[in-house]
Amino acid sequence: MTALLEVEGLSKRFTGRRSFADMLARRPAPVVRALEDVSLDIRRGETLGIVGESGCGKSTLARCLVHLHNADAGTIRLDGLPMEGMDSAAREKFSRRVQMVFQDPYGSLNPRMTVGQTLAEVLAVHRIVPPAQIAARVDELLDLVHLPRDAAARYPYEFSGGQRQRIGIARALAMQPDVIIADEPVSALDVSVQAQVVNLFLELQSRLGLTLVFITHDLRLVRHLTHRVAVMYLGRIVELGPTEQLFDAPRHPYTQALLRAVPQLTPGRRSDEAAVMGELPSPLNPPTGCAFHPRCPLAQARCSVERPEMREVGWPVACHFA
Amino acid sequence: MSGPLLDVRGLTVTFNARHGLVHAVDGLSFAVGAGEVLGIVGESGSGKSVSLRAVMRLLGANAQVSGQALWQGEDIFAMSPERLRALRGGQVAMVFQEPMSALNPVLPIGQQIDEVLVAHTAMDPAARRKRAEELLGLVGIAAARTRLAQFPHEFSGGMRQRAMIAISIAASPKLLLADEPTTALDVTIQDQILKLLLRLVGDLGMGLVLVTHDLGVVAQTCDRVAVMYAGRLCEAGGVADVFAHPHHAYTHALLGSMPGTGAARQPLTPIPGQPPKVDAFVAGCAFAPRCAFAEARCSTERPPLLGSPHAAACFATARLAV
Repeated sequence: MTALLEVEGLSKRFTGRRSFADMLARRPAPVVRALEDVSLDIRRGETLGIVGESGCGKSTLARCLVHLHNADAGTIRLDGLPMEGMDSAAREKFSRRVQMVFQDPYGSLNPRMTVGQTLAEVLAVHRIVPPAQIAARVDELLDLVHLPRDAAARYPYEFSGGQRQRIGIARALAMQPDVIIADEPVSALDVSVQAQVVNLFLELQSRLGLTLVFITHDLRLVRHLTHRVAVMYLGRIVELGPTEQLFDAPRHPYTQALLRAVPQLTPGRRSDEAAVMGELPSPLNPPTGCAFHPRCPLAQARCSVERPEMREVGWPVACHFA
Repeated sequence: MSGPLLDVRGLTVTFNARHGLVHAVDGLSFAVGAGEVLGIVGESGSGKSVSLRAVMRLLGANAQVSGQALWQGEDIFAMSPERLRALRGGQVAMVFQEPMSALNPVLPIGQQIDEVLVAHTAMDPAARRKRAEELLGLVGIAAARTRLAQFPHEFSGGMRQRAMIAISIAASPKLLLADEPTTALDVTIQDQILKLLLRLVGDLGMGLVLVTHDLGVVAQTCDRVAVMYAGRLCEAGGVADVFAHPHHAYTHALLGSMPGTGAARQPLTPIPGQPPKVDAFVAGCAFAPRCAFAEARCSTERPPLLGSPHAAACFATARLAV
């Protein structure tokens, strides 16, 4: 498989408001380092999972990939062409090929537009099909996501959560993308409805040859769905490997703790020993060295001063002792 | 021990809504004893949270509650206001999903613990202070002395939930009702909080009712489970038994739809359709329209809850096993 989308050295910082107290103390405004030097390849036709806890930067990464955020540093290349320096026409073509499905199917659809209008707007604005064919294409899109064709005349509020997520997927597909970035696409849905939407992603991927980036905190789902998985902690990727092997033998102590913390579906011996102590440090003031060292059972003096570089231990891992 | 701590029989809750009656809970029965962990699992709208609130008489005037809730044999619904005040927070305490809205934002944590101790114990101020510090230590909050003077907004999400738990166990309750206590938390913090609750059950001999929508949490935490769907109890029994041999078609389908049950990257076995609307009247089994095992009588006749200790309200029990 070749890399379709290449991310290299991506960094993104958000600057907060400088408070009065900051000014008095002559402190600069607080800066959140949401992404720090993130590099990864997304291969054609694969499903890549990005996992990590809230605040680890996974959604920021997704938003940088579809250009909802401009990264501060680093490059994103699609088919080898860097996004930086593109003129607006080329950039539009880029964004057409990389589309996003959002977590909240309630908040991401315009409540005043019918489903047909929402889809037709995409097709018309981006001139995907000639105006005369728009109606037919809307029908096709609805077929693709298994919604009845009469859905086109209805408004988002008339649909359930699962159906709304189908509409969001149809809207992304309207652009005929190569890559779909799905940010927690099922976590707002009822448990009994999630499997329907997961299956739709699997089906669309094999029918349309889509490349999928699946961002979620649901590790059971990632294990089932993805080929490779990237584990993020405080803005950095700490481990990136083939899903099955990584779940069987995680190398990074954070990945190990994360996987241990997931409640398994098989009732087993109960322990009252927590998988990992402590909490995610503030991204305003990340620890020195390895960001995980204050919580890490293996940490040694070196970990608090020297940040581990990514190195190959079967697959890339950022740990001195993996 | 003689008999359960809490024995709920035929609990029914209906709300007067603008568009008619909403049957939130319909004939729910469960019991929980000392040192026991009961999981109540169901999707949003299945009535699990409403049940807990109804038992504690926390619902508003638009709710009509019938049935029985016996606290060590004494009818909670017939208790005098004074007796009820002594029970709530004293012998039975509750932990809510969103600690930020359950905690008082303008009072320091120490004072919120103190309120419980004043109301339910005869301790003098010095003893209460000591007990408050002890409680924070018990729930794993370091630097108790400083923390007691801090306000909820100075705590992280996980720490707030720990503080909530410290407040709820302040008066050494015999039973803790926890309503999705970890749903808003990251998986490593969820793991810490669940392990903390288990340790408290073990050390203090408390009973625990854990409401959740996560089957993994049930599998790893509970002794017994009650499965709810559309306000009704579908199935109840020992966790190992229910997970290995579900007797209700809904439990069977829900467990079967989880990722990780089949081969990786293969379609999941979804449950078709959506959960029913709460204001719809259902004559037969509420799950019948989505059920692969449904027969003619399922949509007209309500299946009775049969079996003990593993009970289920399903006509298809025998056919599920094959």
